[in-house]
Amino acid sequence: MTYAYYPGCSAKGSSADYEKSTQAVCDVLGLTLVEMSDWNCCGSTPAHAVDTELSAALCARNLDIAARQGAKMLLTPCPSCLSNLKHAANRLEKPEFRARVDALLDNPAAGNFPAVTSVMQGIAAHCDVNGIAKHIRKNLKGLKLAAYYGCLMSRPAKLMDFGDPENPSLMENLLTACGAEMLNFPLKTVCCGASYGIPERAVTARLSGRILKLAACMQADAVAVACPLCQMNLDLRQPQAAKAVDAFFNMPVLYFTQIMGLAFGLSPTALGLEKLRVSADSLLRKLEAEGGRS
Amino acid sequence: MNDANNLSRMRDAAFTKDVEAQSGQKMSDCYQCGNCTAGCPAGFVYDRQVNQIMRAVQLGLKDEALGSRSVWMCLSCSTCSLRCPNDIDVAAVMETLRHMARRGNRVTAPKVENFWLSFLDTVRAFGRAYEIGTMALYMLRSLRVFTDLDLVPVALKKKKLGFRPHVVPHGGAAAVARIMRRYKERAVHEGVRP
Repeated sequence: MTYAYYPGCSAKGSSADYEKSTQAVCDVLGLTLVEMSDWNCCGSTPAHAVDTELSAALCARNLDIAARQGAKMLLTPCPSCLSNLKHAANRLEKPEFRARVDALLDNPAAGNFPAVTSVMQGIAAHCDVNGIAKHIRKNLKGLKLAAYYGCLMSRPAKLMDFGDPENPSLMENLLTACGAEMLNFPLKTVCCGASYGIPERAVTARLSGRILKLAACMQADAVAVACPLCQMNLDLRQPQAAKAVDAFFNMPVLYFTQIMGLAFGLSPTALGLEKLRVSADSLLRKLEAEGGRS
Repeated sequence: MNDANNLSRMRDAAFTKDVEAQSGQKMSDCYQCGNCTAGCPAGFVYDRQVNQIMRAVQLGLKDEALGSRSVWMCLSCSTCSLRCPNDIDVAAVMETLRHMARRGNRVTAPKVENFWLSFLDTVRAFGRAYEIGTMALYMLRSLRVFTDLDLVPVALKKKKLGFRPHVVPHGGAAAVARIMRRYKERAVHEGVRP
């Protein structure tokens, strides 16, 4: 099955490992992701924080390109891009809003846009538990994971269509299919502090610290994430977070695609594991020790 | 002066209507249950809690609402909207207040705005966000040269930061720059701060 693919800007920088593991896992599962050639930034939080029409215009250009390329479905790994693209498509249904946004574009946007969904939902729609199980080369048995979705994936509930907005379970379903033991992690949708790590470090450090502290208390081997910004806050900023909550952590924070890739027997390099600040070696050792299914 | 007299003098009914029109939310639906405040992860850095901001808008206390630091510290996580028993999109109200505060040049958390503008500058230049560029511009704007310096060595070692910006090919970067130019021109034409 072929999908149009919108990587988002961080895929080309800080979350190159998310991109790499997404492509690798989708390859194994038979999802072909074709990157839109001249996609632009969706504007992320700064655009919608400054102006709704500006944010919608940046997204509309991408939706328009996808529509003109004849895409039926657009997949993106990043929850922030997903949220912005979905919000824009929704707001553009109002004629007066669309007219104001069209005036910012070179050409009026296409009448109908393709549906936008997350890579996670795309994978789940493409293959069920059995579809995933047949690709497993190294069962994740014995691995205890905390699934952390962040705030954007499941909210607003109606728009994002991601199951229970307070207690989503899709990531758990995918990783359980790979044999991992998923913890019942109560902070799974509580904000990590988003992009405030730069202008207001104390906010992000405290919120991320709380998430990591609970995962550590619950004896998680790793936190599984789906958002480039959450990953950066919990991994790259982990020492700042630890200091804020007066603790010490050595908690690997992996993209769910990296974990699925390990179960599929892909090499750590093919999944970009060397990009993680907190090494995933403890995880790899545990997998080796468990033996898995070869 | 009597507080009640003072309060009625400060009330601006047009402000309440403005917020309702721009956010699409009916302010009188809020009955102050406090669920939004209870769930807000950023409440610990707010000068006024979310329900207090909602009350201020209901009462038409424009300065109280637009001058608050809270509208800038809101993380847009939408927990408030999700848990509102009356289905008010509280996060949309907070965002509307931020837009109004910006346009009226009442920025109470300049560091936050500086960060957003730095990010958008890189999008204007390349069509895509450029992480190192955003940081450099932010440091210049805010004069906070040591921001996140502790992260630089490890970010470089792990190749977390791309040195070269990713420019949208096929003239896409110029198309994005035109979108942003038109946005700015329209804001100037409409007499608001872009």
